[in-house]
Amino acid sequence: MFGLTGFCAFMSVGILFFILGYLFWQGSTSLNWAFFTELPAPVGELGGGMANAIVGSGKLLLLATLFGVPAGFLAGVYLAEFGGTIFPIVVRYTTDLLNGVPSIVMGIFAYALVVQPTHHFSAFAGGLALGIMMIPISLRSTEEFLRAVPHNLREGAVALGASKSRTIFTVVVPAAMKGIVTGTMLDLARVAGETAPLLFTSFSNRFWSPGWNHPMASLPVMIFTYAIAPYPDWHRQAWAAGFVLVAAVLVVNTISRLILSRSGYLER
Amino acid sequence: MIASDIVDHMADMSLNGANTVVEPFGLKMRIAGLNFYYGRSRALHNIDLGVRANHITALIGPSGCGKSTFIRTLNRMYELVRHTRVEGEVTLDETSIFAMDVSDLRQRVGMVFQKTNPFPKSIFENVAYGLRVKGHRKKSVLADAVEHSLKRASLWEEVEDKLHESALSLSGGQQQRLCIARALAVNPEVLLLDEPCSALDPISTAKIEALLVELKQSCTIVIVTHNMQQASRVSDYTGYFLLGELLEFDRTPTIFQNPSRKETEDYITGRFG
Repeated sequence: MFGLTGFCAFMSVGILFFILGYLFWQGSTSLNWAFFTELPAPVGELGGGMANAIVGSGKLLLLATLFGVPAGFLAGVYLAEFGGTIFPIVVRYTTDLLNGVPSIVMGIFAYALVVQPTHHFSAFAGGLALGIMMIPISLRSTEEFLRAVPHNLREGAVALGASKSRTIFTVVVPAAMKGIVTGTMLDLARVAGETAPLLFTSFSNRFWSPGWNHPMASLPVMIFTYAIAPYPDWHRQAWAAGFVLVAAVLVVNTISRLILSRSGYLER
Repeated sequence: MIASDIVDHMADMSLNGANTVVEPFGLKMRIAGLNFYYGRSRALHNIDLGVRANHITALIGPSGCGKSTFIRTLNRMYELVRHTRVEGEVTLDETSIFAMDVSDLRQRVGMVFQKTNPFPKSIFENVAYGLRVKGHRKKSVLADAVEHSLKRASLWEEVEDKLHESALSLSGGQQQRLCIARALAVNPEVLLLDEPCSALDPISTAKIEALLVELKQSCTIVIVTHNMQQASRVSDYTGYFLLGELLEFDRTPTIFQNPSRKETEDYITGRFG
């Protein structure tokens, strides 16, 4: 039994490192400077890059953050600080269900809400789909980190005459900020690789997107398009894109944690 | 002396000066017929007490006797806990605290807690917090008030070079003096301290006790303590709580040398509690 369970534990770790290692091997050898600076080459020509998809992914994640994080954060504040007895249970259960909804369904939702009425794909629709996906984790992590703030900090502020909302926004939220920001970064990292909800919302674009209301390229959709194409050169570009996506997620995560740990406002 | 007579008695003292010592100060707070309920269970029974201005009133008693609950009614902090209810009257300068704006009340009646609770902000921002609540914005006003409060809490020399560092970098004793400075910054008339030294070493405790004796020149102090030596060292009046009742209240020397109740004597001499 020790051998079997140990083997399975080793396998779980091994698979991750196999994927990362293979991605690094294939991706880094396919990566060049043009990948970051040039637009995709026309079909049949070699070379080119994915500059538009890199910028596009950034823009979509910005939109998603603007849509999802304020809603999730404020709802989390509500649950942690104002919630009654029954409604918070309903909210928590519902957001857990929302978290379990397959991402392609989120795409259909954004499609029905934005793409169909406007009759065209847009970055706005893609950002909305990703933003909705961010709400459950943003909400739950905000709630958890606010609840972890010691009660005596709240008492300290209230005893100085501060109102409840002043206490929350000047003492409790700052004390929990490290956790909330880390939670948001993890949330972003999770949706950064989502492909399904973008396929029929932001769609893709082989050129620079003219604006938020137009189709926009993104790394995950590019990976999908390039990986199923019949050209070996496109496959190499898909590997490079996968490598860049994973590396970006890792770097963003690490940097945000570093900045926070040096901000001086340590969690108690 | 039974508890319910005390308010009258003290009022007499201040009116007539009939007591052995002439008291120049009247009662800052009066508590009359105070009952306190957590849900259905009654935590305080008919408390009558007068808090004398510019004196230190110590409240002693075993754990769970209601002294912390009592001190939290004086600035309405109990309102943070659900399903609590108060009966009776508490006045500050003859005005019912229940008729006051709660934010004004808490700025006039400051509080320092058992567990040090500096905000995760700079030392400066900790002390300035109450002033910002009051609406002060001007940098120079804040800076003056912060310096003055830190000096009153005898912490200024230790922190003047690092006002903008995190308050959490201070030692436990310094953190508690910072919390006192924070409470003093809004110039409270009454300062409530809920076992302020129970987590501190003897040197820090001595500093805070010296500080309290100095502070009573400018404000009225009520301190809850588990430490009987502390009560006898710093306080002018002492109340002994047991099972939610104020069993005895008198001048501190009387309580410690010649208590009128057997229970008080047992507690003070260490036979109980």
